[in-house]
Amino acid sequence: MSDSTAATAPVAEHECAEHECLVLLEHEKGRLVNVSLEILGQARRMADLRGDEVVGLILGEHTKDLAREALAYGADRALCANSPLLAQYTSDGHAHVVGEILAQRRPNIVLFGATHNGRDVAGRLAVRLRTGLTADVTALEVEPESGLLIGEVPGFGGGILALVKCPERRPQMATVRPGIFEALEPGEPRGEIEPVTVTLTADMIRSEVLEVEEVERIDLTRAPVIVAVGGGAGGDLEPIERLAELLGGAVGATRVAVDNGWISRDHQIGQTGVSVRPKVCVCAGISGAVQFTCGVAGAETVIAIDSDPQAAMFDHADYGVVGDLFEVLNAVNKLLAEEESVASDGHEIPQAGTGGETEKGAVRATSAGLDT
Amino acid sequence: MRTVVTVKVVPKSEEVSIDTVTMTLDREGARNELNRPDKNAIEMALQLTETHEGEVILLSMGPPLFEEHLRVGIGMGAHDAVLLSDRRFAGADTLPTSRALAEGIRRIGDVDLVLCGEESSDSATGQVPPGIAEWLGWPQLTYVTELRLLDDGRLAGKRDLSGGHEWIAVSLPAVVSVSLGCNSPRFPDFRRTRWAEKNLELKIWSADDLEVDPAELGIAGSPTIVDGVRQAPAPERRRERLEGPTRQVAARLAEHLRQFLRPEA
Repeated sequence: MSDSTAATAPVAEHECAEHECLVLLEHEKGRLVNVSLEILGQARRMADLRGDEVVGLILGEHTKDLAREALAYGADRALCANSPLLAQYTSDGHAHVVGEILAQRRPNIVLFGATHNGRDVAGRLAVRLRTGLTADVTALEVEPESGLLIGEVPGFGGGILALVKCPERRPQMATVRPGIFEALEPGEPRGEIEPVTVTLTADMIRSEVLEVEEVERIDLTRAPVIVAVGGGAGGDLEPIERLAELLGGAVGATRVAVDNGWISRDHQIGQTGVSVRPKVCVCAGISGAVQFTCGVAGAETVIAIDSDPQAAMFDHADYGVVGDLFEVLNAVNKLLAEEESVASDGHEIPQAGTGGETEKGAVRATSAGLDT
Repeated sequence: MRTVVTVKVVPKSEEVSIDTVTMTLDREGARNELNRPDKNAIEMALQLTETHEGEVILLSMGPPLFEEHLRVGIGMGAHDAVLLSDRRFAGADTLPTSRALAEGIRRIGDVDLVLCGEESSDSATGQVPPGIAEWLGWPQLTYVTELRLLDDGRLAGKRDLSGGHEWIAVSLPAVVSVSLGCNSPRFPDFRRTRWAEKNLELKIWSADDLEVDPAELGIAGSPTIVDGVRQAPAPERRRERLEGPTRQVAARLAEHLRQFLRPEA
């Protein structure tokens, strides 16, 4: 049985705790995840404009350290909902517990990370509470007088931004895209930690986790260097991976590369992947569809290597090389590897120069397949 | 087993632009297509019928122009299609949209499974599938890349997580959202599409055919409003082409990259 059609009546503006901004915090391996810290940072900045209280909500089995972390990263209050039934994420478990807390506290604003689980529970709760949910925001503001939340959201592959508001219903809810906002520098945890009563029982959870496979978590939103691969690589990622390794960077990918099974989905950059903001992003074999380029708009410097001189990626790059990505990357990797081994012998890194010999023939285009 | 696949017809993203005079969306120049993740959902539904007997019914909410695209889905192998079409549905955000679709599913009746694409390429909220699940009171699985029916009758779905994946089992009936690109949608069979055009009458239902107060539909039933659109700004880029022999180009690239060299790579 579920609570759906017997939902709480929609909360009107004047009935809500208008100075409360509640953030549902996600955690992994004993730490809050990066997007949760980013949201706390933004919530803190918005709250300071209005004298609002930032309340972090954590669901799990052991949440005390997480609560302290929340207080260190901008929350005024941390609510701990502890239960063994919350040790793993389930839609029913989270919807029940968070739904009850929202019905009791009636905050003005509720923020979630736009992660799979964040969107999973937020989408369900928006209907349970009959309220508005703004999805995957890349900008957020609160009107100081009214407390109205204004979210900017990408649509149409990331090429269009729309401003979305929820004028009457409360709470105003939004899921927030990872890698957009800045977390605060952590301070001393200051504020209150409050346990919340959990009325969840096992029969309310209608799913069973059969198997979990965890591999090394990649967070591209924190990588200072990214080497991204698209359809042009034809499945051979070795030179891309080598360059990333040399530079201490991460490997990113377009949807095409992921769909072809060359690399896992958490490397995907773009509208249905992540937004990144590295110092440098090397894009190899990527044609430059807007669904990808919107994800690298935050990169300081973009370098594109592709065999198609007409590839749109070149319009979104600071430096472009038309050529065979394998030839180019192998040459770059060789140069960098030589410098790096010389450096680790204690010698100075030599200046890159034109060298003695010139290569016979210019860089030639090949017919490597293109990304869409 | 009866599976409903909810589908949306959307403008091709790359063909949509902003009218810079009115600052509104200009969809006129854009061709329409079946939302791509919905094709993955149709494919997933059809694959289930290959191992477990059943029928696949498409359900959509939109204007009459959606019909020809629903026939594409029939051509792929779906057995029937229902279009919820009514001016009163227009302007809906995800709350009344998921409501109307849930009521459509109720009216279809005896549904075991609802599959949806993970999000639509236009508004890209991903909120309709969990919304439908909540209206129906059914369990949900989102961002699923693989589905299997278990011997005990439950459905198991694989969800990608950052850093791995999980397999979750739910009892039917349930709502599942399907990840873009998780399978290769089959091409519509030309003869089947022609047969459907001539012989299959799509069901068209209006708001009166659903058990819902019209005040809860369309713009009136939408808590959110869109208050302006703009072209996503693309940062200014140098667009400098590096030309010449590979060795030279590589040296230029190395200039930009050597600052990141790790001492013990």
